[in-house]
Amino acid sequence: MNTGIKPKHQRLVLVVIALVALVGAGLLAAWALRSQASYFFVPSEMQAAPPPTGQAVRLGGMVEEGSLKTMQDGVTIAFIVGDGKARIPVRYAGIVPDLFVEGSGVVAEGRLEPDGTFVADTLLAKHDENYIPRELKDMTEAQARAAVAETQ
Amino acid sequence: MIAEFGLAALWLAAALAGLQLFAGAIALKGRAGELSRLVRPVAVMQGALTAVSFAALVMLFLRTDLSVKLVVANSHSAKPFIYKLAGTWGNHEGSMLLWVTVMAGMGALIALLERRLPERTMLATLATQAFVGLGFYAFLLFSSNPFERLPMPAAEGMGLNPLLQDIGLAFHPPTLYLGYVGLSVAFSFAVGALLTGEVGPTFARVMRPWVLGAWIFLTIGITAGSYWAYYELGWGGWWFWDPVENASLMPWLAGTALLHSASVLAARDALRAWTVMLGVVAFSMSMIGTFLVRSGILTSVHAFAVDPERGSFILVLLAIYIGGALTLFALKAGSIAEGARFSATSREGALVFNNVMLSAILGIVLLGTLYPLLTEAFGVKVSVGPPYFNPVGAIFAVPMLVVMAVGPLLRWRRDAFARVRKSVIFVGLIFALLLAVLLFWRPMGLLPWLGMALSVPLAVASVLPLRGRNLGHLPLSVWGMVVAHFGLALALFGMAADSALTVEKLAAARIGDSTKVGPWTVTLDSVEPVAGPNWIALEGRMSATYRDKAESSVIAPQARSFWAPPQQTTESALLTRWNGQLYAVLGDETEDGRWQLRLWWKPFVTCIWFGGLLVALGGFLALLGRVAVDLRRRVAVRKIAARKEELEKVQGR
Repeated sequence: MNTGIKPKHQRLVLVVIALVALVGAGLLAAWALRSQASYFFVPSEMQAAPPPTGQAVRLGGMVEEGSLKTMQDGVTIAFIVGDGKARIPVRYAGIVPDLFVEGSGVVAEGRLEPDGTFVADTLLAKHDENYIPRELKDMTEAQARAAVAETQ
Repeated sequence: MIAEFGLAALWLAAALAGLQLFAGAIALKGRAGELSRLVRPVAVMQGALTAVSFAALVMLFLRTDLSVKLVVANSHSAKPFIYKLAGTWGNHEGSMLLWVTVMAGMGALIALLERRLPERTMLATLATQAFVGLGFYAFLLFSSNPFERLPMPAAEGMGLNPLLQDIGLAFHPPTLYLGYVGLSVAFSFAVGALLTGEVGPTFARVMRPWVLGAWIFLTIGITAGSYWAYYELGWGGWWFWDPVENASLMPWLAGTALLHSASVLAARDALRAWTVMLGVVAFSMSMIGTFLVRSGILTSVHAFAVDPERGSFILVLLAIYIGGALTLFALKAGSIAEGARFSATSREGALVFNNVMLSAILGIVLLGTLYPLLTEAFGVKVSVGPPYFNPVGAIFAVPMLVVMAVGPLLRWRRDAFARVRKSVIFVGLIFALLLAVLLFWRPMGLLPWLGMALSVPLAVASVLPLRGRNLGHLPLSVWGMVVAHFGLALALFGMAADSALTVEKLAAARIGDSTKVGPWTVTLDSVEPVAGPNWIALEGRMSATYRDKAESSVIAPQARSFWAPPQQTTESALLTRWNGQLYAVLGDETEDGRWQLRLWWKPFVTCIWFGGLLVALGGFLALLGRVAVDLRRRVAVRKIAARKEELEKVQGR
């Protein structure tokens, strides 16, 4: 293979191969990102334009006061996430984050079921004063007080 | 006094960095004369001063000096000693001081020890190291001064984030930083060599042990961080594709590629420009990682403080250093002569393939990490997670691993495939057989299936280079390669087994209830309050029995409440067997008096971290081998010189 190839040509071939692989990786990444990235919704957005059922998305809002219930099995919980304009029922099976309480913010990762319930795989809540999910931070500043007031 | 002393040492170190840059730059122009002799001692002095400054901060934390703002914000007098110590770097300012200390320390080490390069290249390297250092000194002194005093001393500190109050904090950040910032040496060597145009095998041989050292620490840091997240967060996962994890993975990927391309350059004088490029990229990834983690652009347990000014500051530094180095590369790359040729089926060919695949994976991780930041600039919030990283990364990782099995068997320059055909068929057969067996055994995802089937032949192939060699006389660096590749295969096995075979069980149990998870039967015996130095907790005592064994073991997960700062954390409990781990988390009490339990049986999960440690051990063996060879060479050179001198004396008479 290397007989007759000048060093210059070999370098060129290597550069071309590397470029093709990297550009390929980039295109693949771009394509996958468009289809795989999960989008962030607040309840009113989710009600207005619901994502396709089964698609992984995030839902962020305030946990409505008095809405938190534990199911018969003792590990599944149901609650309502609201933003003052809309309310979405959420179901989650698992141990809730340490600072997950009614009346505070939450980001739920999961998917919307055909019946309009949001089934969460993961709940992100405030971990401490410095640890607030980014999406939630914007919301608490802009909408939270109103949201809590209205959903109470 | 200590705070002022530390701050003064830091300012002095920054000034010395300025002098080092100035003297080095003038020396490069060839007009320095006496000044060029200053560069090395100044670099050593600078390293010593930053160490003094860091030691001062450690002392402030150990004494809990409540007149210092940083100590008040992050420490508490009732904290155990080890967290007072580790708390030094468990915050933004302290960790940036650690960064600068490591950076200056590495500069001091190369100034002290490295004598193989032409002096001009060495001066250019040290000047670059100082130039990069200066930016971070400025960042530290102007926007993140760790020694700032409060106008009035506080009565008590606010304490350390309880998630960080773990022994992991003592080890994970320092090792990670040694690796992260250690790569700055590769950057400086690369830029230095570009400036003087001296890129060749000597350059690669000089750079390699330094990169290897940094890479070992980076490997250990990532492995330790992964295990820490695994048991501390209580989510049962060991890698979340969190941006801060990616920030540590990206320099590792680039560093791994750099190590392999440097060995091609050292042995065969090929891949010159590419190696220099990787040297620049590796540390650029460290800086991008620092930007992601420290700017507050991401929110995570690693982002200590959100301050837009700091973010822009680091961004400007990034633009200067990465942009500058890439521009220099674009200008100078043409002047680097082509290296030696090689055929596609050769050790070089396989290593080039490995490099390209590693770079592709790096690109994929980088894009996936930056994409949410980019879309957010346009007002669309997205999050990118495992559904993206796992399959897209695997498209490049799997071919890379396949070639990793074959590459070490090939000879340098050119080789005939026929020579390794038997080994390839042997390994391929194991792979095919495992694929079939696993397919019939139980259903699992595509990636875990591929991963498990691939890991065993990989492990076999990794020891094949030992075949037919005299094991007693094998160079240490070959052992290093074998151990590291075997470790990677082991880690792959752990990852695949964990995702294919993990059993998870959520239960609400009354005291005395038994729950089955995989082969385990777990009985909740009691839930009792316990107390620690700065927390109280509810501890769930459970006895776990493996299959129908008679004896049972006790595991006791806790739900802890810290009081400074007031916060709850869940402490998972682990029970390790040779074939996996039982992982237990205690949740809340339900209204009817049952306790929420979350249990996992994770077969072979420990292989992930043992594999990671083996990879680091492989790097360590290779480093030992290289250093030993170099020391022997130095001794030999000295002996020859001494003999020559003697001979001349004799002849002179």
